[in-house]
Formats: sequence, C-alpha cells, structure tokens
Amino acid sequence: MSLLDNPFWLVVKSSFSAAIWKEIFPSTVDTLYMTLIASLIMLVGGLLLGLLLTVTNPDGLIPVKIPYHAIGWFANVLRSLPEMIMIILMLPLARLIFGHSYGSNSCIIAISASCIPMFGRLVESSLLEIDKGKIEAAKSIGSSNRQIIFEILIPETLPSLIRNYTSAIITIVSMTALAGNFGAGGIGDIAVRYGYQRFMHDKLFACIYVLVILVMTIQGSGNLISKGILRKRHLV
Amino acid sequence: MSDSIIIRGLKKSFTSHGSETEVLKGINLSIKSGEIFGIIGFSGAGKSTLARCINRLETPDEGEVIIDGVNILSLSKKELLKTRKKIGVIFQNFNLFEAKTVYKNIAYPLKISGISRKERDEKVRKIAELVGLSDKLDAYPAGLSGGQKQRVGIARALINDPDILLSDEATSALDPQTTLQILDLLKEINKKTGITILMITHELDAIRYSCERMAVLEEGQIIESGDVDEIFSNPSSHTGKLFSKVFKQLQTKETDSRKFILYANNARKVI
Repeated sequence: MSLLDNPFWLVVKSSFSAAIWKEIFPSTVDTLYMTLIASLIMLVGGLLLGLLLTVTNPDGLIPVKIPYHAIGWFANVLRSLPEMIMIILMLPLARLIFGHSYGSNSCIIAISASCIPMFGRLVESSLLEIDKGKIEAAKSIGSSNRQIIFEILIPETLPSLIRNYTSAIITIVSMTALAGNFGAGGIGDIAVRYGYQRFMHDKLFACIYVLVILVMTIQGSGNLISKGILRKRHLV
Repeated sequence: MSDSIIIRGLKKSFTSHGSETEVLKGINLSIKSGEIFGIIGFSGAGKSTLARCINRLETPDEGEVIIDGVNILSLSKKELLKTRKKIGVIFQNFNLFEAKTVYKNIAYPLKISGISRKERDEKVRKIAELVGLSDKLDAYPAGLSGGQKQRVGIARALINDPDILLSDEATSALDPQTTLQILDLLKEINKKTGITILMITHELDAIRYSCERMAVLEEGQIIESGDVDEIFSNPSSHTGKLFSKVFKQLQTKETDSRKFILYANNARKVI
C-alpha cells in the first residue's frame, strides 16, 4: 500500500497487518542473526585491537613505537572506507570463503572488517580513560603486565567499554540495513525492495518499527548494565 | 641497626620538548631498618621521582638504590616484581581499584602472588582489623571517606608483609584530624611490625609528629638531614627557619599548631 494513493492512516493500519509481518518476521531474524554474529566477532577483534593500541601506546605498558603506528595506521585505513565500499571490496573474499558473495554470512565479513577497527578505537579511548595512578599502584604491588590488563585495566573501565560496545552494536544494525542492498537480506533488504523500489510504504513502516525497537532495546540494555555496574561501585 | 634503604649518587633527568631538566641531582641517603624516616620537600623538589626510583617505577640515570643489601637496579624483571611486593606504597590519591570491593582491594596483592583463597581470607581479615576496616570489607572504595580510603591503601600495602612502606604524600589529601589518625596508625604499625617507613611529604607537621630522622629535599638535592627534634629546634637550620615562619603565620591567625594537635587528639578520644 502506497502513500501516493492512500491516506496516511490507512497505510499505518496496513503496516500492522498479518500479511506484512509474515514477510517482515523472517527478515528480522536475518537482521538479528547478522547483528549477533558481527557483534561477537567485533567484540573479540575490537578488544584485541584496542588492547594492542593501548598497550603499545608511547605511554602504555609496553611502549613500542613502530607496531603502535603500524597498527594505528592500518586501523585508520580501514575506518576511512565507507561501509558501502567495504562491502564491495569484501565480496571476493566472501566468494572465496563461502563460494558465493550473497547471503547473510557473506555480509558479516564486510561488516566485521568495518566495525573491528571502529570498535578497536572505541576500546582504546575507553582504556585510556583509566586513572594512571591505578596502573602505578598495580605496578608497585608487583603486578605483571598481563595481570594489570586483566585484573585492573579492563575491570576498571568496564562501564565505559560496555557503553561503547552498545554504540558499536547499533552501528552494526545500520550496517546490516545497508548490506541488505547487496544481497544480505534482512530488514534493509525489505525496506529497499518494497519501500523504495515499489512504493509499498506499509512495509517500509513495518521495517522502521522493527529497527526502532531493536535499537532502543540494545541501547536500553547497554545503559542498564553499565549504570548497574556504576551504581554497584558507588560511582553514581 | 642495619640499613634498610641506601641511596647513593642518585640522578635522574627528564627530557621534554627538547630541553632536559635534572630532577634529582645526586641523592645520598641511608634509612635504618625499622625507623620512620621523613623526607620533606615542596612542589617540584623531586619527591615523587625519588619515591618512584626506590621501587624502580622510574629508572635512575646514575647511582645506586640498595634495598636490604640488594641493588635493585641490577635486578631482572622477574626479580624486580618480587622485590616490589616487599615494598608497600601508599599514595596521595589512594589509587584504590574502584572495580573491586575493599576486601578484593586488600586481597589483590595476595591473589597475584598465587596465595590460596583460605590463606588470603585469613590475612585480609587480620589486616582489616589492624587498620579498623572490619565492617567495611564488602563496600566499594567510592563509598568510603578519605580516611577510610587511605586505610584500605595501607592495608593493601601491608598485606604482603613488606619490609618497607613508602608513603608518597599519603596524608596530603586528608583533613587535619584524619591526617593525625592515619599518622597514628602508621606509627602503631611501625611499632608492632618493625616495618621501615619512608614518609615523603610537604607537611612539616606530619614529619614532626611521626618521624625520628628526616631529610630536606630541595631542587633535587638533600640540603639538610638528621634528627627531627634537632633540626626543628635549631633556629639556623633551613627547616627550623621555615617552621618558625609557618608557626608565626599560624599564630597571627590565632591558631596554634600545637593546640591543633592537642585538639585533634582530644577529638579522637571523644570519638
């Protein structure tokens, strides 16, 4: 149903009809699947990258200049590519791994390649927030670097890490919508194929509901967890 | 008494923006085992750098730091970590771990030494009792007062039974009354365990109240050292002059520093 020849309220009413949700529902599952897998890959990759950048920082635990600059440079190169270009660039890699360049899994590769450097930088900024005095205290107690990282650095900055992870997951949701354009399926695919190409605005509306609820749920849980930790630690 | 810390010809410079500043210009000190030794110095004198050189958080350019007969500058990284466990440090800003409860803060040094949970629990409870925190073990540091935070800092510094306690401006962020309580606690611990305490501070009162011997650090050099009572009562000494000056200023403001100490002592008894 299009807004071009139907009143607004009718389109809204139609956007809640069972026929539409029959189609929206599997796409939602696709979007959730892509978001979930990409978020997990990003968590591992981004944490590693962020830790590497923090530890090798000139003021870090193991200051090594060349690796620090090399890693930082590489992350910046990846970050400067818009998601759309990254998807196109990663198509051959997806073909190599999965045998085809369409579908959710193939797009997860491109999404990961984009969001690992982004989350890596966010992790770095979170970890750098730590009060240097705490690191000094940990050192003077005789902690090894590994103990400082896992016992002090990460736990102390956990609320900030969680907040940044939340924002990064939301970026992934928007990346999956774009990936829909390139054969990944999901909500973005529906929005483009029906909402844009065929003027079926009721379906577009339904896509919007799903995305809004999804993003709000993610942001809400992130806030809840990070605030909960801060409250437990008497920091708010 | 044997010497606990010997520092010989310690020099340290920092380069920033292309220019070199010599922060420590050849420090010589010897601190006896079991004493409370005060180092006084004002901003920029090089106090913190000196403290950081003693546990080698900062590597000196020249000189020796000998702790219980071992030159710590010759230690390997692994040995250094072991030696650091024998030097407790307390800080001006406490530097507690906010992600951990008081209990876990105190237990952390034992945990990283791989000591069993049962033994940890025993030691933590014992030391918490000593510093008067037995009822605060499950609290998080952010919920404590300044004095309580420093008690956690002291407990954390003492849990490994160190031979030396470095106090880097440990009372500078506390109000006068709490300062006195913390100093009393340090004196009590020194008496009970025979630990050597090196108290680095800018507070004349704190040194006078708790130390037997002291040194004055100015612009990276020790300009005066010796017995606290002698230095303070000698009107021609640097510290003596300074102290009488501060004392006079306090008197004009109608607050007598001795009266203050008395007042604080009484207040403590009342509490």
